[in-house]
Amino acid sequence: MTAALWLAGVATILALLSAAVSLLAMRAPHVLRLVVMPLFGLAGLTALAAGLAALAQGGTATAELPLGLPWLPWRVRLDALSGLFLCVIGVVSFAVGLYGPGYVRRFERGRDPVTALGGFAGLFLAAMLLVVLADDAFLFMVAWELMSLSSYFLVAFHHDNAANRRAAFLYLLMAHIGGLAILLGFGVLASFGGGFAFDAMRGAQLPFFWASVAFVLAFVGFGMKAGLVPLHAWLPEAHPAAPSHISALMSGVMLKVAVYGFIRVVFGLIGQFHWQWGVAVLVIGSISALMGVLYALMQHDLKRLLAYHSVENIGIIFIGLGLAILFVDNDHAALGAVAFVAALYHCVNHAVFKGLLFLGAGAILHSANERDLENMGGLLRRMPWTGLFFLIGCISISALPPFNGFVSEWLTFQAALQAWQLDSGVLRSLVPIAAAMLALTGALAAACFVKVYGVAFLGQARSRHVRRARPVPLSMRAGQGVLAVLCLLLGVLPTSFIGLLNEVPRQVLGQGLPHATAHGWLWLTPISPGTASYGAPLVALALFTAVGLGLWLFGRGIRRVRRCDAWDCGFAPPSPGMQYTATAFAQPIRRVFELLFLIEEDVTQQEDGQLRHRLQVRDRAWGMLYLPIARAVEKAARQVVRLQSGNVRIYLGWSLATLVVLLWVIA
Amino acid sequence: MSASSWVLALLQALLYAALAPLLAGWVRKVKARLQNRRGAPLLQPYRDLYKLFAKEARMAHTASLLFRAAPYIVFIAVWLAASAVPLLTTGLPTAAIADVIVIAGLLALARFFLALAGMDVGTAFGGMGASREMFVSALAEPAMLMAVFTLAMTAHSTNLASVVDYQLASHDVLRPSYMFALAGLVLVAVAETGRIPVDNPATHLELTMIHEAMILEYSGRHLALMEWAAQLKLLLYGTLLANVFFPWGVAQGTGPSALGQGLAVITLKLAALGVVLAVSETVLTKMRLFRVPAFLDLALLLALLGLLSHVILEVGA
Repeated sequence: MTAALWLAGVATILALLSAAVSLLAMRAPHVLRLVVMPLFGLAGLTALAAGLAALAQGGTATAELPLGLPWLPWRVRLDALSGLFLCVIGVVSFAVGLYGPGYVRRFERGRDPVTALGGFAGLFLAAMLLVVLADDAFLFMVAWELMSLSSYFLVAFHHDNAANRRAAFLYLLMAHIGGLAILLGFGVLASFGGGFAFDAMRGAQLPFFWASVAFVLAFVGFGMKAGLVPLHAWLPEAHPAAPSHISALMSGVMLKVAVYGFIRVVFGLIGQFHWQWGVAVLVIGSISALMGVLYALMQHDLKRLLAYHSVENIGIIFIGLGLAILFVDNDHAALGAVAFVAALYHCVNHAVFKGLLFLGAGAILHSANERDLENMGGLLRRMPWTGLFFLIGCISISALPPFNGFVSEWLTFQAALQAWQLDSGVLRSLVPIAAAMLALTGALAAACFVKVYGVAFLGQARSRHVRRARPVPLSMRAGQGVLAVLCLLLGVLPTSFIGLLNEVPRQVLGQGLPHATAHGWLWLTPISPGTASYGAPLVALALFTAVGLGLWLFGRGIRRVRRCDAWDCGFAPPSPGMQYTATAFAQPIRRVFELLFLIEEDVTQQEDGQLRHRLQVRDRAWGMLYLPIARAVEKAARQVVRLQSGNVRIYLGWSLATLVVLLWVIA
Repeated sequence: MSASSWVLALLQALLYAALAPLLAGWVRKVKARLQNRRGAPLLQPYRDLYKLFAKEARMAHTASLLFRAAPYIVFIAVWLAASAVPLLTTGLPTAAIADVIVIAGLLALARFFLALAGMDVGTAFGGMGASREMFVSALAEPAMLMAVFTLAMTAHSTNLASVVDYQLASHDVLRPSYMFALAGLVLVAVAETGRIPVDNPATHLELTMIHEAMILEYSGRHLALMEWAAQLKLLLYGTLLANVFFPWGVAQGTGPSALGQGLAVITLKLAALGVVLAVSETVLTKMRLFRVPAFLDLALLLALLGLLSHVILEVGA
């Protein structure tokens, strides 16, 4: 175990090294491509190795760093939970390290300094690794803030664009409000535990009220970072603004670090489970999942759409966590472990396929310089490899067998179907409703990715620069390929991965999945073989063999398929402009769920007599939550202005009064 | 599980593929008779498939590789899903490979590729069909899952064979949740198999078609596979309704007499179901697309009511 902790330390140092080396890129921009990105990938690979070792060996390892405050040295700890999230961070960082050299080339001649890109990316990775390893609140908060700040600079990388600056500021603001909530949560825990070390907090006996306060603070703080509705509004602004490989890290990994924080604090440090918390997590998770996918359907900016899907997937993860809390509170630890494993599995899956999809979006941006779906089309023929990998990502995120997204949704459904074992009738009826929302979310996600893939990669190009798109360099294809293969492996061999994962619920909940692999690696039986089984390798084998056989049998004919004009019911030959657009594709769904959106639609006549249709779909969260708060803050600020008289004596009087009050409080 | 049961599972899968056109032909024949027409012979769908397989397949200039691969993927996915639904007997190993969520997943996979194939050529109709198909299925899929979850919760298993076994063991219990689930699943089956009043399998009227719009550009063997997949899907939903809600006669062993009895019973049940479908298609008219959500919301509501009445009324009791 100590070796694994050492490896994790090496990974952190490698990440910091890549940040330091990128200072050299100021003079020689190609250093970023030749040295910094490979170092970054190496750091990811090392972190992955450390995480796998931690999961395989079990147990925990701790160490004290020669840093920190004199009475509070920084302590690190590696257990199975940290190990799993090290894997998540590592695998996406490795793929980004592979992909980066090809992608950052376009920034070498740009106006924005590449030093910032490499430097903050390295810091960002190191900070995420430290968050996962931290074993006291002090180091955790330092690493957490470092993660927020370094990613702020990455979001603001293209700061020429006013929208990006605005997105970055919003991100910074939300990150700090969230950080404050987390800090206060640690404060509650520390005051009962008598210290900032996590060990002290674990031993604390909190009364229900204070435990709930700590829970709510952690839920708000980590939920804000993870992008739970209604605190998600910054996410679809900030994630797309960063360069694509950073978007992959932010959506794929940073959100998972927030999930890690939530699990660490609620499941690990507070260590209590109450059904009220479970209900809160379940309800917020279900709403996030549904709203995330509905808003994603309305987008036609590819990266924004993917960012909204992160909201959806985080919602699915929290549905699993909420079920886990409910079951554990009801003394069904084994079922709690099923739900918990489902949530963790979805964490890994989402990191892999969302990373893959963002890298794919980056590839399109790289070769066609386009983010808007409405201008794309026919990219599969221009970029076949990216098209194949993106298709795998689309199938995975739509939760279709035999790829990985399906496994975690299947597990979540299996956990939800055990709701009949709960004591209370209210909970028994709440869980099926959450399951219905999850089912609706899955079906809508499939609709959304048919839209994305159909509009971007199929059909004909809708603009000239997309028609001239070129395949991306080998390094970028390799980065996507690694993640695509993982999507398949995680989907086809779930038993092997759950065997590794099982150590986490064993350590956190004291209960693993005893029967998950009882019938061998072919059968996934999370609860018991009679209840449910999924032979993922067999389904995949049958599917691939049969499709392959079919193609081979008709193979002679396939080569001879003659080409002709499209028939299209015998109307005029189709032109690119006649294809369904992304907006048109989603129109029926927009019409059904229109109450949930803020839709502005009008038709105006322009000067040349042509009619122009304008459609804008906005997030209701802005009007309902953010703007009122912003207005209240402004109003409060205007009241505070009254203190500002310009008279020094009055200011001194205020200072004195404050001092007196503080003395009174302390005494 | 012995080798013979695997062989039997394979035979059942082949039986599915063989029977699917017959059910489609039966429904068409009954419908024609109800409309005072003589109608095509019962075996006409087989002849159509044979003819299409023999014909040359052509593709548009703008079609990509996905367009070629999609018919195979769609057909195989639907076929795999069907072979996990107990047709004659519950004693087959395929039921353990894929439970009802996997079946729904495989059908969703088929639909995903069907819709993509519709968008591939880049025609207006293809996109329209794909958009509508995904819209209808987005509302139908949760209703289907909720309906089958009601059964799964009662039988404490999502494995369809176990569900049928459980049903057979407690055959004289009438559960209110089942009534709701059955009603919900019937509506879903109508929507998912593209029948009236949601879609009309016999139309090429441009503005109303959904399924036909997606496969408009297909010809030859590709079209044959797509048509066959649609017929398989109809058979799958028919078997699901017939064997899960009315499980009488499903064999629990693998002996020849039990299988023969199973085949006879399922044929009768499907024939009856075909008549019901033909009658409903004759008396109903196709709905406007934007009336469909109300139809499917009803399905979802019924299914959810079934689930809730189960967890509230039946678990505690």
